[in-house]
Amino acid sequence: MHEVQPEPVPVAEKAKRGRAIVITSGKGGVGKTTTTANLGHALAARGCSVALIDADVGLRNLDIVLGLESRVKHNLLDVLDGTVELDDAIVRDKHNASLVLLAAAQTREKDEVDTEKMKALVERMREHYDYVIIDCPAGIEGGFKNAVVGADEAIVVCTPEVSAVRDVDRVVGLLGNKFRPQLIVNRLRPALVKKGKMLSVEDVNAILRLPLLGVIADEPEIIVTTNRGEPIALRKDGATAAAYHAIAAKIAGEDVAAPTVEIKETGFFGRLGAMFGGAK
Amino acid sequence: MIEFFRKLFAPTNSSQTAKERLRLVLMTDHLSLAPDMIEQMKRDFIDVIAKYVEVDRDKIEINFEQQDKALAMLANVPILAVNRNGGGGDGGKKREEPATVEAAAATGSTGSTATPALPRRRRRKKSAPPAVAPSNASPAPAG
Ligand SMILES: Nc1ncnc2c1ncn2[C@@H]1O[C@H](COP(=O)(O)OP(=O)(O)OP(=O)(O)O)[C@@H](O)[C@H]1O
Ligand SMILES: [Mg+2]
Repeated sequence: MHEVQPEPVPVAEKAKRGRAIVITSGKGGVGKTTTTANLGHALAARGCSVALIDADVGLRNLDIVLGLESRVKHNLLDVLDGTVELDDAIVRDKHNASLVLLAAAQTREKDEVDTEKMKALVERMREHYDYVIIDCPAGIEGGFKNAVVGADEAIVVCTPEVSAVRDVDRVVGLLGNKFRPQLIVNRLRPALVKKGKMLSVEDVNAILRLPLLGVIADEPEIIVTTNRGEPIALRKDGATAAAYHAIAAKIAGEDVAAPTVEIKETGFFGRLGAMFGGAK
Repeated sequence: MIEFFRKLFAPTNSSQTAKERLRLVLMTDHLSLAPDMIEQMKRDFIDVIAKYVEVDRDKIEINFEQQDKALAMLANVPILAVNRNGGGGDGGKKREEPATVEAAAATGSTGSTATPALPRRRRRKKSAPPAVAPSNASPAPAG
């Protein structure tokens, strides 16, 4: 007697218990989706199987950032409603087969998500992927609750701004201890920090007091990579790509040095560039 | 003088301003998010005052206010009677009119040179004797 081999579907691996991590921030536009896409790629590049869930129902973005919009046929709500099988709704990445996306519904409302079903779905996906990463919508209402319900870890993204720090503080309060939130400071401009014109990572974390997972510079190339739908973590070199890979290594439990910030002057015009590293 | 220079140079360092604003706004946020703690603190505070003077518990008002450089706790505590041996110093002089203690506790003003957060004396009855500020509860300069 032999078992019938199932069709090669994205969830073909046998049961495991992956980690479910929600990427959240409270404030909108601080880089949750960008972080989700890049960490997805960086973790997948390490050979892990990664499923990204866009929980920003009504404002679907993650597929665009990943460059997968043309492949998306079904979405999270179809799966939660039970009208489409998970395997049929999942979209495999173009660059890395171990990365998949479950897109959000663009034409539905956040409150159409059934919290219990969402929890069960994440639970189920954890059996098939090493990482299930959930891109949380802005805000602290229903959409936030549905995004965090299935997660057991949280990464909070914060820009060095008063409003962003305040909102992260609120979100961390709402999350409580259960999610052991870790911090990514995004869009840092070291040259401005040096001039005293921007909060430093230390300033931010003197208030938030969270384990610092990493620091991402304000990177003009991120606009280009988003235009192309090819997250910057796919690049072979560059400080920002390296910073995302260092964060992925740290998430995976590797001993990564604390993120360092260097202000490097290059060229005749004294252009200020930022170097972030630590994965070496 | 130091204050003058500090102010003069303050605008260039906007991250310092951001830090200050953040610190204050978060204190306010955290207070409003911990009503149980606040209530307990108010009760404890009143209990401490009541050890020394007889207070009108129903008329006590305790509020928090964001001031220039600090978050201040403003307390308005009507006093009904002072013990004969009380710390007031005026040896058991009986008053008809309840005295009022206005205490202000300001949290974390920046540095020692920063302007002390003086309580705005609100709702002070014209007929009431001068408010007594307990030295342990006010950052205002003594005298
Ligand atoms: N490190 C960075 N450097 C430069 N631009 C960035 C960086 N991170 C994010 N951005 C840009 O900021 C904008 C908002 O990013 P993103 O969509 O990831 O934020 P979000 O938190 O997911 O927003 P929302 O709350 O609307 O879901 C995008 O245009 C993105 O390209
Ligand atoms: Mg987003």
